[in-house]
Amino acid sequence: MSTSKTQPPSNNTPAVELAPAVGMAEMWTAFRSRVRGGDLGAIPVVVGLAIIWTVFQILNPTFLSSANLVNLAMQSAALGTIALGVVLVLLLAQIDLSVGSLSGLAAAILAVTFTQLNWPLPFAILGALAAGAVFGWFYGFLLTRFGVPSFVITLAGLLGVLGLQLWVLGRLGSINIPFDSWIVQFAQLMFLPDWLSYLLAGFAALAYVGSHLSLANRRLRAGLLPESRTAILLRGALLIVALMFGAWYLNTDRGIGLMFLLFVVLVIAMDFALKRTRWGRSIYAVGGNVEAARRAGIRVDRVYISVFMVSAMLATLGGVLAASRLAAANQSSGGGDTNLTAIAAAVIGGASLFGGRGSAWSALLGIIVIQSISSGLTLLSLDSSVRYMVTGAVLLLAVIIDSLSRRSRALHGRF
Amino acid sequence: MTAVSPTTSEDEPILSLRGMSKSFGAIQALVDVSLDIYPGEVVAIVGDNGAGKSTLVKILAGVHPATSGTITHYGDDVTLANPADSRDLGIAIVFQDLALCDNLDVVSNLFLGRELGLRAMDEVEMEQRTWELLRQLSAKIPSVRTPVAGLSGGQRQTVAIARSLIGNPSIVVLDEPTAALGVAQTAEVLNLIEHLRERGHGIVLVSHNMADVQAVADRVVVLRLGRNNGDFAVADVTYEDIIAAITGATDNAVTRRATLQGAIFTRAQEGLSS
Repeated sequence: MSTSKTQPPSNNTPAVELAPAVGMAEMWTAFRSRVRGGDLGAIPVVVGLAIIWTVFQILNPTFLSSANLVNLAMQSAALGTIALGVVLVLLLAQIDLSVGSLSGLAAAILAVTFTQLNWPLPFAILGALAAGAVFGWFYGFLLTRFGVPSFVITLAGLLGVLGLQLWVLGRLGSINIPFDSWIVQFAQLMFLPDWLSYLLAGFAALAYVGSHLSLANRRLRAGLLPESRTAILLRGALLIVALMFGAWYLNTDRGIGLMFLLFVVLVIAMDFALKRTRWGRSIYAVGGNVEAARRAGIRVDRVYISVFMVSAMLATLGGVLAASRLAAANQSSGGGDTNLTAIAAAVIGGASLFGGRGSAWSALLGIIVIQSISSGLTLLSLDSSVRYMVTGAVLLLAVIIDSLSRRSRALHGRF
Repeated sequence: MTAVSPTTSEDEPILSLRGMSKSFGAIQALVDVSLDIYPGEVVAIVGDNGAGKSTLVKILAGVHPATSGTITHYGDDVTLANPADSRDLGIAIVFQDLALCDNLDVVSNLFLGRELGLRAMDEVEMEQRTWELLRQLSAKIPSVRTPVAGLSGGQRQTVAIARSLIGNPSIVVLDEPTAALGVAQTAEVLNLIEHLRERGHGIVLVSHNMADVQAVADRVVVLRLGRNNGDFAVADVTYEDIIAAITGATDNAVTRRATLQGAIFTRAQEGLSS
């Protein structure tokens, strides 16, 4: 087993007698053995992103300009929010093929209730989200009650929801959302003030260091191996430099869009929910071994239904954001490649199609890869035919890496 | 976690099953079966395929409630209608397939479904308790933070058994714990079973393997075709007696004749070859 040499010589000796901390050297060996064992984590996507950015920067020097990166971030938010929901469903080894239609339906509901029925904006948004919750519940119900594969349920949902979207839009076909409404302003024009962006960057790094240091202290008091303080401080320093530089660079143009910030906050919140709450733990358990989860007393049906609901609501939220950014909803909202781009983003970002592996950050990394390709090719004046083919090839690569790392994990006796 | 205090008098069973019957449609899986489980004692349940061992385990687990029969817990009448009843009575089952989540680490598997902490999970407390428990069992697990898929068969069995102890059960039911294990790993698990007995748990060991049964069990209950077919103290029973009870060849004259004939046959063969 490749892990044994990286682990403390603990066996049955009390943990208190272990080495005082996990140092940098141990972390490096642990990391290397993990990679050799096929536990690649976010490495392929980060490396891929670096290659994509380098290539496009060489081909077109405006690619990494702050103006383009600001745009890229804004373009990522809506689809990324949809992809975040897809990650959840993939963690259960299920699929939701109707996320695109759901986002289109949400756009239609927002536009019609706000402009035609004159609902207050918050109610219009809530109405769109509620539609997502209803459909998510319905998918989960069909899956748990009748055992119909989610692939088929959501394929039917893709058509049905699209029909509903056309029906909601009615004969108008296309509805503009007034430019002076705050949701459009939020999606297009609201950026963090410079001082606030630095404040948030500093706060994020401090929160990271603080929480890890206090965890290390608690572990030390409990007689468990703590993380080394040097490693935490080093990573905190790297984080604050990276965040400050990123904020400064984006601030040389328009800055950090509030919509992108909302997406990042959603990712962080979902990461917390997945890693630190019972709900998140039960999602990984169901994705890893349904029967084991059931016998452990987890209410598997509730996990399925809640995940499909949250996922569908994120899809509708993504639809609301997309419509706001476009300042319109029409018959092709959420159509075209929305569906597959969102699913591709989740997979490219590292969420396994086999269930039980992946994190909320997969959605962020994956959507940035896809939008980088799209933006880079647009800058090169290549049309969407090339974009589709390149994105398809990258998706294929991601799935191959997923399958290979799964095989390697099996060879090394890891999951 | 504290061990169940070992009772000095072994007269009163923790759980006592009387006249248990279970039928699935027309099939009588169990007929009038009795079983007593005492603290600090390993009782082995043996029997041929289809003898009703699994059905008995499932009755104890509350998965399949018995059709008829009475169950008493320290003398009180109880029912085992569902898995929650079984858990509330302090019965923990380690199923043959272990039911571990391969993608989760040891700590997560141990506390799956009953994580500690109020809002967020308390990983530190859970990890600490995991080490404590593994130490009590003298279990050899390299790290409690590796996914369990990275562990050997014996280590996985250890994790499954340790998990059953989280709720501090009075009875631990082990369904074929050594079936998939090698020699060394089997020995590890047998040591573990002895540790459990020292902690004062009542242990039910369902096994095909007579060597394991004779190594750790105090008492052997034989099932044959869904009925009790013998209840022996391991100390004063031979391997042949148990086999005879399992296969139904209980008539000693018949078995003796069979061995006699076998001996004559071998002697004849030796005579031919020399």
